[in-house]
Formats: sequence, structure tokens, C-alpha cells
Amino acid sequence: MSTTINPGALLLEHFETRSRRRRGRLSRNATLIVGCTLLGLVIVASLAAPLLTNYSPETLDPLRPLAPPLSSGHLLGTDEFGRDIFARILYGGRIDLLVAFGATGVTLVVGTAIGLVSGYFGGWVDAVIMRIVDLFFAFPFFVLVIAIVAMLGPSIFNMFIAIWLTSWISYARITRGHTVVAKGREYVLAAKALGYRHSRVMLRHILPNVVSFVLIFAMVDAVGNVLLGAALGFLGLGAKPPSPEWGAMISDGQNYILSSWWLSTLPGIAIVIVGVGFSLLGDGLADLLRADD
Amino acid sequence: MTETLALSERPAGAAGDEILRVEGLHTFIRTEGGVVRAVDDVSFTLRRGEILGVVGESGSGKSVTCRTLMGLMPSPPAWSIGDVRYAERPGRNLLEVSGAELQRLRGAHLSMIFQDPMSALNPVMRVGDQIEEAVAAHARLGGRERHRRAVALLDRVGIPAAERRMRGYPHEFSGGMRQRVLIAVAIASRPKVLFADEPTTALDVIIQDQILSLLLELQRDFGMSMVLVSHDLGVIAEMCDRIAVMYAGQIVELADATALLTAPRHPYTISLLRSLPDSERRSRYLPAIIGAPPQLIDIAPGCRFAPRCALAQTECQTWDTELIDVGDEHLVRCWRHDDARRPGAWPEQSFA
Repeated sequence: MSTTINPGALLLEHFETRSRRRRGRLSRNATLIVGCTLLGLVIVASLAAPLLTNYSPETLDPLRPLAPPLSSGHLLGTDEFGRDIFARILYGGRIDLLVAFGATGVTLVVGTAIGLVSGYFGGWVDAVIMRIVDLFFAFPFFVLVIAIVAMLGPSIFNMFIAIWLTSWISYARITRGHTVVAKGREYVLAAKALGYRHSRVMLRHILPNVVSFVLIFAMVDAVGNVLLGAALGFLGLGAKPPSPEWGAMISDGQNYILSSWWLSTLPGIAIVIVGVGFSLLGDGLADLLRADD
Repeated sequence: MTETLALSERPAGAAGDEILRVEGLHTFIRTEGGVVRAVDDVSFTLRRGEILGVVGESGSGKSVTCRTLMGLMPSPPAWSIGDVRYAERPGRNLLEVSGAELQRLRGAHLSMIFQDPMSALNPVMRVGDQIEEAVAAHARLGGRERHRRAVALLDRVGIPAAERRMRGYPHEFSGGMRQRVLIAVAIASRPKVLFADEPTTALDVIIQDQILSLLLELQRDFGMSMVLVSHDLGVIAEMCDRIAVMYAGQIVELADATALLTAPRHPYTISLLRSLPDSERRSRYLPAIIGAPPQLIDIAPGCRFAPRCALAQTECQTWDTELIDVGDEHLVRCWRHDDARRPGAWPEQSFA
């Protein structure tokens, strides 16, 4: 029996798989694009707050408290003191995004560095670092954060300190695990065989192969940190009263939830948008980086 | 390649003085099942400009020997004892040098090519960057000079359009091309000793041949000494000046390539050579060596090969055999090495 190869059919098959692959990549990128767009919008809106509204987030308007949305010059209404909700959400975004990026960014860098060192050197260094990580993991995360903030006194900066102190452990553990795997790979062995310095092997040969896992986790963690910031604000442990913070706004509005729903709901929606944005970004990033493997 | 075992016409006696002397090298690896004696009393010398072949089955300790000498065995769980002298660092045992010293030696003096070109290149780094990095690892060079040398290296190992390929990622290269890149990386700092750990095992036969010729060429041009590890006797026969046969962590026979291939003395070597297909004597059966190599945990006394050896006698089960010099620097770890040479000494069915 002779098997003939039809070049036309082969070519067709080739193009079909290619177009299918391209479509797959596009739909994957769609999550990435939507995520970036959502986050981008929120970032731009909160940075450009003075251009988007004439109201200051802290100016009281005692004559018009609890005005509903779309009324009397207040796009999203006012709260119980007559402060403009739209302005407060825009300016509050600065605080919440700062929490998302500031808290996550620092723990990302520090935790990854610690995990890299721990996994790369192994031995007693690894043992000590991982036992410390275990120690932190043994405490309920939220309780630990609240305890630290309560100890230091409620403020945004203290909240940062609490998050920095507690959430590097996840990054350290993720990085450490993947570093141990990468350390056994032949290209790392080859790098060592060429006499490269430890720092070079770690930063140029292990880190790039490890960082994608941490980045994906960082997106999830950023959502968590926004929610944590909001939750601490809600509990009165985050931003101090006059400053607009979404969690605090929800908390303040709960007394009026039955009569004036917009006080709590609108900042809640803002949190949801940021959360969804980070989640989509993380998903898209995960797919993109996995596709590269 | 495997079928003829042709000896290439390499200039005999080209080898010079010693560059590496390994004595009584042991490498132990602690595992859950016990301590594995992966390398057990390995001694050899490597001369300047020579290629020493190390041949043996999987798990015979070939790779571990190389990695131990490169200081690449993870410790723990592995540890080594022995005496390794390198001519360029007289008076020092390579197994005991500091981490910083080891770093200076690696790449610039001792280098290594790994078996699997698919995994020995960093997948997320451009090939050019990986070569430039290797070029600059032991020398202070400006960016342009670094680039120029990297392109020259890539060109030297036979990659066409080197300048353009510098920007490619490893996944854009074929297996043979990647092995060429790895060779370029390994020789970037002009090492004196190159360990090639099964450099062609992952490649198909035609590419194998190209890579081996390239290695031979580079070895001659650079005047490198080379330890070539393989389980393929054909490859070893074609390339090497001297050959060491390893079995169960030990060197069982070490001799000049011609002597070892034409007048082997150890029953294992003899069986190994006999198990190769022969193009002139086409037989349906290839005599195999019955059984499997021993576990290297809790090794029983006596010759390691005795359980599989057609010539084994009761003494073999209990006597630990030393390497015996049978003349002309031909070392054999078998006390029946004289009998092994006579076909009459072998039982009938072992010639099946």
C-alpha cells in the first residue's frame, strides 16, 4: 500500500490549526485587554479626579444631604453630610489603588527575593526561612493584620506595614517552590558549570523562569489587598474619617442603606470594578505566560 | 557508526603531560533507601590534549563522576572524598577548594556540555545573550567586543547566519543547533578541560556525527583535554585516545583505545564488545549480558560484575578486586584477566 501525501491537504491543515491557534490567543488576550482597560480607566479616573469633578471630596454641603444620584448637580448624589459621592469615589480610588499597588508591589519584591534566596541556597537558610513562613501561615491572616493595625494605631500607612509584614510569606513560598524546581534544571546546572556568580544564576537564569507564577499570584493578591483595605476601612482601622476610602464609605453608608442605597452601593461597585480588573488581568497574564512555555 | 567500531586515524601519542589526576574518588548520595555509592574508588589521569572516553551503562556513575569533578553535585544529599589535582592549580585538591575558587575555575578552566540540548539552554533568554554572558563570565569586555566574540563563536560552531540567529530563542533552534549553541557556550571562556556528558545521546545519528566532528575539531584547535562520556561504544571508539569502562560506580578497565577495543581483558568489556552488532558476521542473535547491574546501596563484597559474569568463580563473590596493571598502562579490575582473553575459557553458551 502506498501512502501518498497530499501537499494541499497538509497546507490546509496547517493554516487551519494556525488560525485556530490565533483565535485562541486572541480570546485569551481579550481577558487581558478587558482587565487592563478596566484598571486603566480606574487609574486614569482617580488620577484625573480634579478634571472630572468640580467638587472636593471633603467639602460639606449641609443644605443638600442624601441627594439621590443624577439630581441637583451631583452626578452620583451626596452622602449624609452633603459630600459629593462621585468626587469621593474618584479621590477614594487614589487610596484604594495605592493599597493595591503599594502593598502588593512591596510584598511581591521582598517575598520573591526571600523565596529565591531560600530555594537557591537551600540547607539551613532555607529551613530557617521556611519555618518563619510556617509561623506566619499558622496565624489567621486577617486577624494578624487587624492585630498589627490595632497595635500601631489606625492609619493608611500602618495598614501598609501590616500587609507588608504578613503577606510576603505567600510570595516567598511560591518563589521558593519554583526555584527549587528550576535549580534542578539543566540550564541552571549549565550556568553554574560556566562559573557564573550566584547572583547572576539567581537573577538571570532562575528568576525569569519563576517570575510568571508570582506575577499571576500578585494579581489575585492585589484584589485581596483592595478588599482588605476596604474591609479595614469598614472596620474603622484604615483611612481616617474625612478622607474618602471606599471601604469606609460603605461602612458610613450602612446606616442609610434602606433609605439611601447609593451611599454604600456605589463605592461597592467601584471595588468590584477594580477587583474584576485585577482578576481578568491575572487570568490573561496566566494564559499568556503559559502559552509561552 | 556503531556497527564498524572503526578506529579513526588519530595521531598516536599526541597526548602530553597530565592536566587532571583523579585518585580514589568516591561520591555518596544519601537517599531514603540508604546511601548510594554512585562513584566508588575511581582513579584516572587526563593528559593535555587527549580525549578520554568513559563508557558504561546508565547508572554506572559516568555522569556523577563528571558532575563531582565540576563541583555540581548538590551537597547535601551528595558528598565526595578523594584527591583531584589540576595541573594549573598545583598543590590543591579540587574537591576542597572554596566556592569562589570553584567559580573561577568553572567555565574558564573546566567546562561541561550537557546531555540534553532541549533543557540545558535557558528557555526565556535569547541565544545571543546566553553566549555573550558566557563570553563575559571570566573576562572584562565591552558590549561590542562581547557581541563580536559571541557571533564569532556561533559562527565557529557552524550556525549559519550567526548574526541573525543571535536574536533567536532556544525553542526556535533544532536539537542539533541547540547542541552547537551549548558547545559554543561551554567553550566561550576557552576551558582547558571539557567534560562532555553524553553530548550526542539526544540527537539522531547524522546530527550525532556532525556534532562529534565539531567537538573533535574544536578540541584540536583549542588544545583542550576532553572527557567524553557515552554509553555508545561506537562514539567512544571513534573519538577517544584512551577509554575507561565503568560498571556499578567503578572503573573496571582503562586502557589505550586500540588496546581496549582489540584486546580487552575484563569480562564485562569483552561481553560488551561482543554484544555489538557486526556487519560482517550477520547473525540473528546478539549475545546480551544477562541480568542487571547491582543496586549501589549496601553493596555486597566481591566483584560487582560477578553475578553476571560468565567466568565468575566462587572466589569472585568474596574477593574485592583491585585494578591490576597488565602492562602498557592497561588497567583491569579482574583477577581472571588472562583467562578472559582465551576464548576457550568462556562457557559454550556465552557465545550464543
